[in-house]
Amino acid sequence: MAKTDEKLIVNGKRLDGRAFDEMRPIEMETSIIGRADGSARVAFGKTEAMASTYGPRKLYPRFLQESSTGILRCRYNMAPFSTEDRVRPGRNRRSIELSKVIRLALESSTFLDDFPKTVVDVFIEITQADGSTRVTGINAASLALASSGVPMRDLITACSVGKIDGKLVSDLNGIEDNNSEADVAFAMLPTKEIITLLQMDGILTKDELFSLLENARENCKKIYETQRKVLKERYKRELK
Amino acid sequence: MNNYAIDCISNGKRADERAFDEYRKIVIKTGVVAKAEGSASVTMGETKIIAGVKIDVGEPFPDTPGEGTIIVNAEFTPLASPDFEAGPPDENATELARVVDRGIRESECIDLKSISLLDSEKVLSLYIDIHIINDCGNLIDCSFLAALAALMDSKIPKVEDGVMLRNEYEKDLEVFHTPTEVTICKIGGKLVLDPTIEEERGVDAKLTVCVREDDSICALQKQGVVGLTMEETKEMIEIAIKKSKELRKLLKSKKEK
Repeated sequence: MAKTDEKLIVNGKRLDGRAFDEMRPIEMETSIIGRADGSARVAFGKTEAMASTYGPRKLYPRFLQESSTGILRCRYNMAPFSTEDRVRPGRNRRSIELSKVIRLALESSTFLDDFPKTVVDVFIEITQADGSTRVTGINAASLALASSGVPMRDLITACSVGKIDGKLVSDLNGIEDNNSEADVAFAMLPTKEIITLLQMDGILTKDELFSLLENARENCKKIYETQRKVLKERYKRELK
Repeated sequence: MNNYAIDCISNGKRADERAFDEYRKIVIKTGVVAKAEGSASVTMGETKIIAGVKIDVGEPFPDTPGEGTIIVNAEFTPLASPDFEAGPPDENATELARVVDRGIRESECIDLKSISLLDSEKVLSLYIDIHIINDCGNLIDCSFLAALAALMDSKIPKVEDGVMLRNEYEKDLEVFHTPTEVTICKIGGKLVLDPTIEEERGVDAKLTVCVREDDSICALQKQGVVGLTMEETKEMIEIAIKKSKELRKLLKSKKEK
């Protein structure tokens, strides 16, 4: 999406009418993919991510196996039609880096020691991109893992925060992301407030950064409530 | 993990008797590659990295017409470590290149508008290639110093009718800021800087912070499987702001020579 000279904040509101600290409407559902062991769909406004997990399953080729623990693999992918300009299919530098940091963000929460020589595969597909795709993907992956029954310490909850037109805001959409002065991707284990993903680019003072981190923490707590509700409903349905 | 260097840290010391926030000896040399438009080699203790800048006439990115481009690439050459393999960059090399790229881009140390040519069709493309020569730990901080030193050493070649003349230079490349990247590692519950390769095996989590000379922060990247508390994160950022001044002095003294 191209840069714009347009103001991103008009009359104290963002272009889509949100207040500075307001997130977009959040939709979440689990068990959307029948073949997968766990799956979920998460949408933040017009950004939509689907995630599915397979495993723990035997890992081949065998030299990749770890004798003391299972391993986690992660693939973050943007669908070619998810953005304004078509994304060339296949891996690129961005998706390689994001797949790595997302894997690390999820890994802090899973217990795979009881599943030696296995792998848990997490696949994240961005079907619509309108900013904050990696954090939306993490929220979906976390729900998918939880709904697959893989033992976990906690859910992983993620959100983006940033600075646009000199103001500190939450949950950047596409146009804000492309024209931001800074954006921060943040994920944490919400119960103990342990940060598992932190990336930032742009320019911020230390004080601005610290207040953004606090905002991100508060947002994550809100997202966590929605995640919990969705998971509970799913298990209620299953028990019926 | 059974490792002397990590045991030392848990006991409040370091195997090489450095303080927790002390870098190994850093030596920056510029102009090490005659054919490159700019180059630098940086050693940090035993770790050695060469960065070279090549400048070409290229096309702008579609979303930034009229602006020059910067491309950072890292090669974990198999000569540098028994753990590196030949082939396309793996996720670690890709991550390193992107973290260095982010620091250079977001700090606005290169004015991309000033490296565009007269017509918006053609611009200057800056390629910063980072070669790891010996991996003895802390590759990101060392790579960033090398990349920045190479940029500061760069000259822009003359261009006539859209064709670049090699060996004839127009002017020095202007570098407007001196950002540095500082990576703070959490090892055995302690916050440690500039780990050696032995110490690096015990890293639970690390945070790379890019700091500019005005103390503003222009990039962050958390790595490692273990999470961080909010307090630890803030402490790491404070340490990075403090230590970045030291690294910057080394770069500045290089520039004045």
